[in-house]
Amino acid sequence: MPTLLIQNGTILDPSTNTQEKLDLLIENGRITQRAAGYQPATKPDQIIDAVGKLVAPGLIDVHVHFREPGDEEEETIASGAAAAVAGGFTTVCVMPNTKPAIDNAAQIEFVLRESERLGLCNVLPTGSITKHRDGSELAEMADMHRRGAVAFTDDGAGVNDVSVMRKAFQYIKMFDGLVMQHCEDEKLAGGAMHAGVVSTSLGLPGLPAEAEQLMIARDVLLNRTIGCRYHVQHISTAFSVELIRRAKKDGLPVTAEVAPHHLLLTDEDCRGYDTNFKMNPPLRTAVDVAACIQGVVDGTIDILATDHAPHRAEEKELEFAKAPNGIIGLEGAMALYAQALVTPGHITWMKLIDLMSTAPAKLIRSTRGTLQVGRAADITIIDPDVSWTIDKTQFKSKSRNCPFHGRQVKGRATHTIVNGRVVWAL
Amino acid sequence: MSAWTHKHLLSLEALSAEEITFVLDTAVGFKEVSTRSVKKVPALRGKVIVNAFFEDSTRTRMSFSLAAQRLSADVLDFSGSGSSVSKGETLIDTARNIEAMGVDVMVVRHSAAGAAETLAKHLSCSIVNAGDGAHEHPTQGLLDLYTMRERFGRIEGLKVAIVGDIGNSRVARSNLWGLKKLGAEVIFVGPPTLVPKTFEKLGAKVVHDFDSIIGQVDVINMLRVQNERMKSAQFPTVREFTSLFGLTSDRFARCKKDVFVMHPGPMNRGVEIQSDIADGASSGILKQVENGLAVRMAVLYLVSRV
Repeated sequence: MPTLLIQNGTILDPSTNTQEKLDLLIENGRITQRAAGYQPATKPDQIIDAVGKLVAPGLIDVHVHFREPGDEEEETIASGAAAAVAGGFTTVCVMPNTKPAIDNAAQIEFVLRESERLGLCNVLPTGSITKHRDGSELAEMADMHRRGAVAFTDDGAGVNDVSVMRKAFQYIKMFDGLVMQHCEDEKLAGGAMHAGVVSTSLGLPGLPAEAEQLMIARDVLLNRTIGCRYHVQHISTAFSVELIRRAKKDGLPVTAEVAPHHLLLTDEDCRGYDTNFKMNPPLRTAVDVAACIQGVVDGTIDILATDHAPHRAEEKELEFAKAPNGIIGLEGAMALYAQALVTPGHITWMKLIDLMSTAPAKLIRSTRGTLQVGRAADITIIDPDVSWTIDKTQFKSKSRNCPFHGRQVKGRATHTIVNGRVVWAL
Repeated sequence: MSAWTHKHLLSLEALSAEEITFVLDTAVGFKEVSTRSVKKVPALRGKVIVNAFFEDSTRTRMSFSLAAQRLSADVLDFSGSGSSVSKGETLIDTARNIEAMGVDVMVVRHSAAGAAETLAKHLSCSIVNAGDGAHEHPTQGLLDLYTMRERFGRIEGLKVAIVGDIGNSRVARSNLWGLKKLGAEVIFVGPPTLVPKTFEKLGAKVVHDFDSIIGQVDVINMLRVQNERMKSAQFPTVREFTSLFGLTSDRFARCKKDVFVMHPGPMNRGVEIQSDIADGASSGILKQVENGLAVRMAVLYLVSRV
């Protein structure tokens, strides 16, 4: 395997809280040297001059939808992985709401095999909590866990039956697994956008903030005496953040993620009925956006994800209430997060990398998310100052449902390195 | 010095007070046409107007058809049920196919909020919104304004109560925008399950006690009670609804002497409105229908000329 030297860049490693000019030598897919002005004994096969750039542990997105099997015209594991590496991601966790759902070990193995075959980024599977993801009977989660499922979720919907969820917490706790919950009470679900002044004005059915808050509160209560690792997906409302904050204060094993659109857009953006602004959870109010940003700043929100959700243009061209939920996010996420959090001075680049790499690695118990010597060389090299325009026509994703098309952003991955191989370069 | 520059009529929210007044003034001229022995003018001769109704309607469709015919336009009728829509074709595709027949104006009624606006973005003909979900029904709003203005000689300063299922009503929203822009006060009346507080942010006064305002208002616009709302538990029974929010003789007796009673139809007699009030001297209900024709002639005429 060729050797690679990354020199003259600034290392940003949240795992050791290191921010300094250090060179990295990569041999056999691992980081073997980390030193200032490193002079290799033999000339490396490839040298990347990272002057003026940030050298960070590879970005990890714990929430993507790659639609395979079942909706391959929207995305495949191959096209999704290509989009991921173009966005600087070296590891992604795919959600199990495929057709059929990923609810057994053979399906878990399919994702892992496909990931290996492609050799782009690490595509890690999650398994559904219930068989067929229909919310009624527990799936073979211990088996899926053994074969490599990193978490369990019925994402797309929450597990609404309280008795099923209680059993799921107990069962997953048995092997110290991780629950990722899409928090939405089904009886309050069904709205096309956030229930508020804008939905009233547009005449669209509203999805109240309480739908999300109810399930978070319920799960925290249900899990209180069980203590299963519990992760709230795509948090979107101010009081959801407060619920997580209180649960953490009580010492409960709770984590939460947010998506870029919930930090940058509001329900006001739904005016005009553009279905690229329709997702679930929906865009909320400016108050909710501020609370989510505050949650990131004070550590209530642990992880920045994307909820990358591809849909065909034909599907998105339907009436707003009928169009499917979801937008794609992998290829612009890092720049968008920088715009929402770093540029206004809420957090530093170091913290951003922590939230997009080190913290998610810890959540899924991956040994990646670090630049320590001896670890797998998953590295993202970032030019933090380059200005560019998000252009959906240039996406590697098969889909184009992106509300950020045309937006000016700053900061971009110039090299994505997975297991020591440069899998993408700008 | 035409005060009309819009190719489409999608909502009253998007219009200025001057533009709304201009439509109403234009309608005055067209109302006169209906009094002639030959009730037709050549204004839109050679133009093609299609009524694309993806949702059931009787009065609105007939009103638009007749309005188009009185302007000498060719009129096509399309209804959603039994068409390609039921075969899975998307709204945009269906509309593009209709437009390809050489349509100048498409009058669109659809159960989805935003349908007219979406078509306006994807088609090149003029779009007139004839009701999109719970969003807006601008020509109904205009004809209500016309009828109120005809009755009182003004809109400014009027106190207008709109009663019933406001949350699901496109008529209520179009009335709200039109009335507020022309300087009237709008009071939405009904239970909180049908009249969310969020309407206050849009400029309406929200009241849950009909009796508390009944003696103060100049206009009472009663909306139809939809029985299907009961199934979704938005109010317990029709009986209880009538007792709290129906326009009964007892309530009518406490109204201003010159109160004007309106209803966009179809009415549930004895539910939201007592029969003799609907048919009485204070009722403007049939006037609304009559004026609807003139207002729609004005709208079709104005959008076709841009």
